[in-house]
Amino acid sequence: MSLTAWLLEEAPRSRLQARLGQGYAGWRLFSRNPLAMAGLAIVAGLVLVAAAAPLLATHSPVAQDLAARLTPPGAAGHWLGTDDLGRDIWSRLVHGARITLAVVALTMVLVAPVGLAVGCVAGYRGGWVDAVLMRVTDVFLAFPRLILALAFVAALGPGIENAVIAIAVTSWPPYARIARAETMTIRNSDFIAAARLQGASAARILWGHVVPLTLSSVIVRVTLDMAGIILIAAGLGFLGLGAQPPSPEWGAMIAGGRKYILDQWWVAAMPGVAICVVSLGFNLLGDGLRDVLDPKQR
Amino acid sequence: MIDVRDLTVRFGGGRSAVTAVAGVSFRVAEGESFALVGESGSGKSTVLRAISGLNPDWTGRVLVGGAEQGRRRTAAFHKAVQMVFQDPYGSLHPRHTVDRILAEPVAIQRLGDAERRIERALEEVGLGGGFRFRYPHQLSGGQRQRIAIARALILEPRVLLLDEPTSALDLSVQAEILNLLRRLRAERGLTLLLVTHNLAIVSLMCERLAVMQAGRIVETMDVADLRRGEAADGYTRHLIEASRGYRRVTSA
Amino acid sequence: MTGAPLLTVEDLRIRFRTERRTVEAVRGVGFTLGRERLGIVGESGSGKSLTGRALLRLTPPAAEVTAQRLAFDGIDLMAADARTLRRLRGRRISMVMQDPKFSLNPVMTVGAQIAEALRVHGGVGRREARERALAMLEAVRIREPARVYGLYPHEVSGGMGQRVMIAMMLAPDPDLLIADEPTSALDVSVQAQVLSILDDLVSSRGMALIFISHDLDLVASFCDRVLVMYGGRVVETCRAADLAQASHPYTRGLLAARPRIEAEPADLPVLRRDPAWLEEGS
Repeated sequence: MSLTAWLLEEAPRSRLQARLGQGYAGWRLFSRNPLAMAGLAIVAGLVLVAAAAPLLATHSPVAQDLAARLTPPGAAGHWLGTDDLGRDIWSRLVHGARITLAVVALTMVLVAPVGLAVGCVAGYRGGWVDAVLMRVTDVFLAFPRLILALAFVAALGPGIENAVIAIAVTSWPPYARIARAETMTIRNSDFIAAARLQGASAARILWGHVVPLTLSSVIVRVTLDMAGIILIAAGLGFLGLGAQPPSPEWGAMIAGGRKYILDQWWVAAMPGVAICVVSLGFNLLGDGLRDVLDPKQR
Repeated sequence: MIDVRDLTVRFGGGRSAVTAVAGVSFRVAEGESFALVGESGSGKSTVLRAISGLNPDWTGRVLVGGAEQGRRRTAAFHKAVQMVFQDPYGSLHPRHTVDRILAEPVAIQRLGDAERRIERALEEVGLGGGFRFRYPHQLSGGQRQRIAIARALILEPRVLLLDEPTSALDLSVQAEILNLLRRLRAERGLTLLLVTHNLAIVSLMCERLAVMQAGRIVETMDVADLRRGEAADGYTRHLIEASRGYRRVTSA
Repeated sequence: MTGAPLLTVEDLRIRFRTERRTVEAVRGVGFTLGRERLGIVGESGSGKSLTGRALLRLTPPAAEVTAQRLAFDGIDLMAADARTLRRLRGRRISMVMQDPKFSLNPVMTVGAQIAEALRVHGGVGRREARERALAMLEAVRIREPARVYGLYPHEVSGGMGQRVMIAMMLAPDPDLLIADEPTSALDVSVQAQVLSILDDLVSSRGMALIFISHDLDLVASFCDRVLVMYGGRVVETCRAADLAQASHPYTRGLLAARPRIEAEPADLPVLRRDPAWLEEGS
């Protein structure tokens, strides 16, 4: 029997086969969408570049060469040119991918569980628990995200770690809202009633029944938000509140290049293009994931 | 086995409070099959949810197996009383395999020997092992309802609450499910409490029935009387008449 | 029944094409309809609802509809352009669906919706539309038409909503009403009222009715003629009064599978499906 036939079997013979079969069916749906595949390729590319940064970089990302400052792309072995301190832009971009990826991964790890937990608990328990948790959420939602992040960074001090913390603190409320809304529709369904009739504890129902259903919409939303998070990180870097020099953070790189934008356009344009492409990649990936994961569309 | 006395259920509070069930009393003997019949809004499902513990906002007394029931139910209650829902599409978790759906109650009640129990439960509802690792969306409505019945019976309950268990199913599938419920009841000596609007199903499945209207029981009767069409209450007679199909009244 | 049939359907086929395979949901359905009550019964997936929708050309976009002949009162529905169809729908052919909640506009009062149906299809003025809408509400036995006229759909009960739907669909005085499970969401006592309204309207206006249902008893007692559908095909056509003596094993199986109030309790005979029923020409 071929692997495909095994995966698509109507009557799987083990838990593993059932789960892999579901995964494969989802993958088939996903892979039929060319835009989603493009998004996946971009995100996978980002991960690869970040992982292999030392191999891909032609120069050190921080080594200055004042003799070769503002070299245009392609000249003297600098594929994408050099910046005002003569640093190779290609090498800085490649190393910057690590920072971007770290920011994205860290916020995802910090934000999604918090939002999910707050939203699911609030939605399932209702009553005063819901009221308290949602008012706290509202407080965070009341401020524009970038402004709130700026305030946090101003309080904590500039730096990439603090930027991540600031982004995380300002990003979780929308996930709590989504998780809560989903939970409230799930809470009244018969399969939850059946679980309660079996004597299942609230924790078991939340973890085993509610979270798996809310998780997919939160994942989709996180992926779609990644673009925004990258932009905020870049924005903080641009304002000098994120990554500090000489760190090759993309936003900071744009900030450094803005003085030369008319004559030496590549200094700002190269990291700008990188931000654009990666944001687009996450958006496309999120859209594709939504088509596969949204249970309402199945 | 089930003894309900003066059960009243109100929804909402203050002025907008709605009394869904007003002072309902009835008893179901051990091994008996009893039906609550009525139209939508009569409160029949609300009674069932109050007995099952799903709805805590009730007053009156509910005794199951001689034990007085409060707002919160014990693990022993959950093992003894199980329920099958109306909608086979909504009562199974969409992301759980049949295996997980059936394994969960065994794990919650710490019965052990899940492997053998799951296989037997599937066998009993007429589904082979080939269904064990499927997801609900790979099953038909009738198959899903069989899984829901297997899930209820895997705890070996003594009381089975049935909330319109076949009204979402096709006629031919309904016949299969009703036969299955009849067989399981006979084999296990189950006590059934069936909520339905369909008098023909009551006649097939039950010994006694209570007819509900606007939150009250208007009549409690034997099924033998139902079959003969002998009802004391006018509303009951009206329901029996209406369930025979359309009667053309020659209008002037 | 007089003269040429009002509706002729010959070899109606509805296909759904997906990437991997083609599913034929309706396979060669044919019937004629005069000024009568025609019941279409079948289980879910039998194609009965799709057949009803195809008559108004209201099938989902993915569906591929073909027919040798699909003619309503001399008009070829397969060849008709969008404009002709729009004029037919509502004015000469109406449809009542299972759940009124999804068919009524939630932000318009029910009276305004009926009046609008009249103005669009009947070309009558504002005041006359209002008066005729009130008369329609009365015709479907709504006790206080003036009060109900000003209610929004969420303020009316299921039974009243369905009566409003019928009033709206009947306002332009159509020649054919297609009712798809019009009473399945209703309680039996309300169901009887709605049916008797339909019944009256059919006999007093000489309207043709296609009544799609899964309820054999209801169809047998309400309609004149019955089509039994299975697997996208009409397996049996008979007079409604003779449904109890149906000859096709599927119909007989369905009849036997019904629980009956008077019957002594015994296991119900289970329908055994014969693959031969799916074969065309059987």
